[in-house]
Amino acid sequence: MSSRRLPEGGLIDRSRPIDFTFDGHKLSGFAGDTLASALLANGRRLVGRSFKYHRPRGILTAGSAEPNALVTVGTGGRREPNVRATMAELHEGMVAESQNRWPSLRFDLGAVNQLFSPFLAAGFYYKTFMWPAALWEKLYEPLIRRAAGLGKATYERDPDRFEKRWAHCDLLVIGAGPAGLTAALTAARSGARVVLVDEQSLPGGSLLGERESVDDMAASDWARQVADELDTMPNVRVLPRTTAFGWYDSNLFGALERVQKHRAEIDAALPVERLWRIAARRAVLASGAEERPLVFGGNDRPGIMIAGAMRTYLNRYAVAPGRKVAIFTNGDAAYRTARDLQARGVEVAAVIDSRPAVSGASAATRTIHGGLVTRSFGGQGLKGIEILGNGKYERIGVDALAMSGGYTPIINLACQRGGRPIWNEGLQAFLAPENEGLAMAGSAAGIYGLADCLRDGIGKAQAALGELGIKPARFDPPKTTEEAGTGFKALWHVGESRAKAFVDFQNDVTVSDLGLAVREGYGHIEHAKRYTTTGMATDQGKLSNLNAIGIVAEARGKSPAEIGTTTFRPFYTPVSFGAIVGANREKHFQPVRKSPLHGWAEANGAVFVEAGLWYRSAWFPRNGETHWRQSADREAANVRTNVGVCDVSTLGKIEIFGPDAPEFLNRVYCNGFAKLPVGKARYGLMLREDGFIYDDGTTSRLAEDHYFMTTTTAQAAGVMTHLEFCAQILWPELDVRFASVTDQWAQMAIAGPKSRAVIAELVDRDISNDAFPFLAAADLTVLGTLPARLFGISFSGELAYELAVPARSGKRVADAVMEAGAKHGIMPYGTEALSVLRIEKGHVTHSEINGTVVPDDLGMGRMASQAKDYVGRAMLGREALRAENRMQLVGLRPAGADRLIRAGSHLLERHAPPSTENDQGHITSACYSPALGHHIALALLRRGHARHGEEIRVWDGLRGEEFPVLVCEPAFVDPRNEKLHA
Amino acid sequence: MASLIPCPHCGMRPKEEFTIRGAVPDSRPAWGAPIDDPQWFSAVYLRTNPRGRLREHWYHGAGCGRWLIVERDNLSHAVHDVADARARALAGDRT
Ligand SMILES: [Zn+2]
Repeated sequence: MSSRRLPEGGLIDRSRPIDFTFDGHKLSGFAGDTLASALLANGRRLVGRSFKYHRPRGILTAGSAEPNALVTVGTGGRREPNVRATMAELHEGMVAESQNRWPSLRFDLGAVNQLFSPFLAAGFYYKTFMWPAALWEKLYEPLIRRAAGLGKATYERDPDRFEKRWAHCDLLVIGAGPAGLTAALTAARSGARVVLVDEQSLPGGSLLGERESVDDMAASDWARQVADELDTMPNVRVLPRTTAFGWYDSNLFGALERVQKHRAEIDAALPVERLWRIAARRAVLASGAEERPLVFGGNDRPGIMIAGAMRTYLNRYAVAPGRKVAIFTNGDAAYRTARDLQARGVEVAAVIDSRPAVSGASAATRTIHGGLVTRSFGGQGLKGIEILGNGKYERIGVDALAMSGGYTPIINLACQRGGRPIWNEGLQAFLAPENEGLAMAGSAAGIYGLADCLRDGIGKAQAALGELGIKPARFDPPKTTEEAGTGFKALWHVGESRAKAFVDFQNDVTVSDLGLAVREGYGHIEHAKRYTTTGMATDQGKLSNLNAIGIVAEARGKSPAEIGTTTFRPFYTPVSFGAIVGANREKHFQPVRKSPLHGWAEANGAVFVEAGLWYRSAWFPRNGETHWRQSADREAANVRTNVGVCDVSTLGKIEIFGPDAPEFLNRVYCNGFAKLPVGKARYGLMLREDGFIYDDGTTSRLAEDHYFMTTTTAQAAGVMTHLEFCAQILWPELDVRFASVTDQWAQMAIAGPKSRAVIAELVDRDISNDAFPFLAAADLTVLGTLPARLFGISFSGELAYELAVPARSGKRVADAVMEAGAKHGIMPYGTEALSVLRIEKGHVTHSEINGTVVPDDLGMGRMASQAKDYVGRAMLGREALRAENRMQLVGLRPAGADRLIRAGSHLLERHAPPSTENDQGHITSACYSPALGHHIALALLRRGHARHGEEIRVWDGLRGEEFPVLVCEPAFVDPRNEKLHA
Repeated sequence: MASLIPCPHCGMRPKEEFTIRGAVPDSRPAWGAPIDDPQWFSAVYLRTNPRGRLREHWYHGAGCGRWLIVERDNLSHAVHDVADARARALAGDRT
């Protein structure tokens, strides 16, 4: 294939050739090339197959709106599908592949879809694959997915890093074209904090691809000079390769910086992409305008290109688009393409201008006014076009065609927060509405001339600075040369074309699809979009939406203003999942909370279970135990007979201080706390304002004005927030303060009949039952000098203590406990045994406190004080919360032979068939009880308190299980609490 | 919803640092009010859910740990006022 590279010119570095491969072929380009420009320079016109019809496609644009040239770049975990070749900077060793073709790009079997195109028109998904529904999963969907699709993602791990960052500025300028550069420079010279983002590798925007001069130098040189000045200023941050993809409330912008996508070697110390959140006091959107394609038969053939893109390839990349070029236009701008082509010695066969000869624009070649291109010829590359001019059809041979259908200002970001675009009849385009904090500048504002854009950037920046009270620096607009105009007259499609005329190239939506949508009643633009899928591809219809609106408007006999646009939403261009996820992947997916006793548990062989963010020791296998039940049964039994130690550090812990702390606690707990003496702990029940139980735990009084509260693990943060709400909003007059100390204390439960003997060896005071009875609490020292807190509290029902020591000393103390307990048969126990012990004792957790229970449901009705006000008291008094037929806590045991009882199973009366009406409640917790030698369960049973002794049925519809159980009281072990005082 | 919230204690902060409890009730019975006070029902359950301005209780959990009253517009997403809730309560605004 012959080289299309021109012998000189362009912003490429010819001293730095770059080798790359495309579909396995070795090709080469230069530093400064994109993959697209390098492919074109190598004479490659065919680069992909279309989505639905598998039509051959080439490179249509030179920027981020590219719908056709989607390729897969990279290998292994770095393989990235759907990369726009026009945005991929060429790097050494780049491996690129075409997509959506099989077995090869040139010979693609999927192209037979074109023969079936009558069946693939708009809405074909809905019509063809209606029924039977059972075939969807098995047949239709796999079929559609294989035939129609884009590139395939890799299954390999992404080896690269991503990160997120904040930036703050006075003025954010989006787009470093003519208007953006002058806006940024004006603000920068005024001393404002400026961020300038641009999606290209070099600042300059359209200046990089045009031959105009600015301040008597080449436009691209002027752009570089401005960028260099901005780079030296400490108040400016210039972010090239950065796309602002979204505008959010509070003038916050999302931007994606492609930090290393252009590099051959990835620096592991840097992220490959960086997601910016930019908080801008003011912003200028200088995002430019898209030049629209023209819609005529075969307008998608490789070799047909947007006229401005053709200039960019010619001027910036020194690539000739072909040997003989025609230009189809409805406006003046394309005449510049003719001029530039001729200046580089490329033959321009004809300019076909759809307008009558009224424009001032002219070309030094054959010009057909009032002419149309009606179709294109060629197989996988353009060979010729059919022209209709002066009532006659004519065919001419060309290998490239530039098309120019007028301008669409890029207003996407400005309309992402609900503002509706406004139709401008003169400009034949939608413009952004007035927005607070975001001003449009340059061609994004419908101002297309170079001099005007340069001037507009200055003006918009000065206005923004004025709003911020920053005195704008004086800035004279640069001088420019400019010849061609920018006017055009809308031509939505060429009605004389009979061949497929594409509106949306990426989703293969044609003029006739849109016509069909209108005829079938889907004429509303939002309906037409979904019925035809126009504008729904990865390019979001950047080039096609306005043509689609114009065509629908024509078909409905309305103006585009009446049709309106579809909704603009982030993201402006696709953003990788990696960038959105940022650092939150793999082991950083979420924080890991480890108890201060984690290392101790690990050393004792613990198996851990994730509980929220916590890793809790679940059981400690010993002696070749292979099943968790073996370990849990042994550990639980050992607590009942000897002594065990369990890590309970994950319980929420809150220090409460202040002269009003007693009154405060008396208000947040439904039971009395005002008279709790110093040195005592008390179990407390906290209600929500609506009267249901929120959380439970023990709170100990360590001094007159100092309490130590424990909460459940799950509600630790919630209770803290609740206490602050009560203190700050409900009772601001109370003098009380809180500090969360969950992570500051290592806390262990030492439980079992021999626990006192173990503790006695470690502490510095008498802990006999008289001196330190059940529910005692004290500051003391352990191991001689270490400050500690000891509580006489028990979750297992055995004689037990909880010992808290500073977190860093946790392991040391736990080791000492194990050592002291060795002669008493101490064993560590985990959350499984903990759960068995508390079920045996009938103690509740959030399995029972599930948001639907009140104290009486749990048999704690008498705890709710009659003598004081407390949070939830009023609503607890409601009739339904006092009703007799509420779900109430009971115990269950097998009525016949022992068998496994599962939590979640439902309860039925003995002979009642299973139905919602007959539902009597459900099992909340269940386990095998080593103490009793059979399975037991806790349940919430309708009228449960009155049904002890009754036989009912457990019903598990999922597993088809049904068997009888006996209702009993929830405390299976030591119901009269004799062990606690032993 | 606004992306940034001007906390009176911490300055402009991203909304992810806050948790929202919900709209501030129109009224709340005084502490110790009789349990059959009909205001209890409206204080706990009834919210007007206006289109436009509303006042909400926000907790700056990842910042100062203070409860705030955020007055914002759920249509325009503008934030009109952010105040310390305790200071408001002490000034007599306890809802
Ligand atoms: Zn704060």
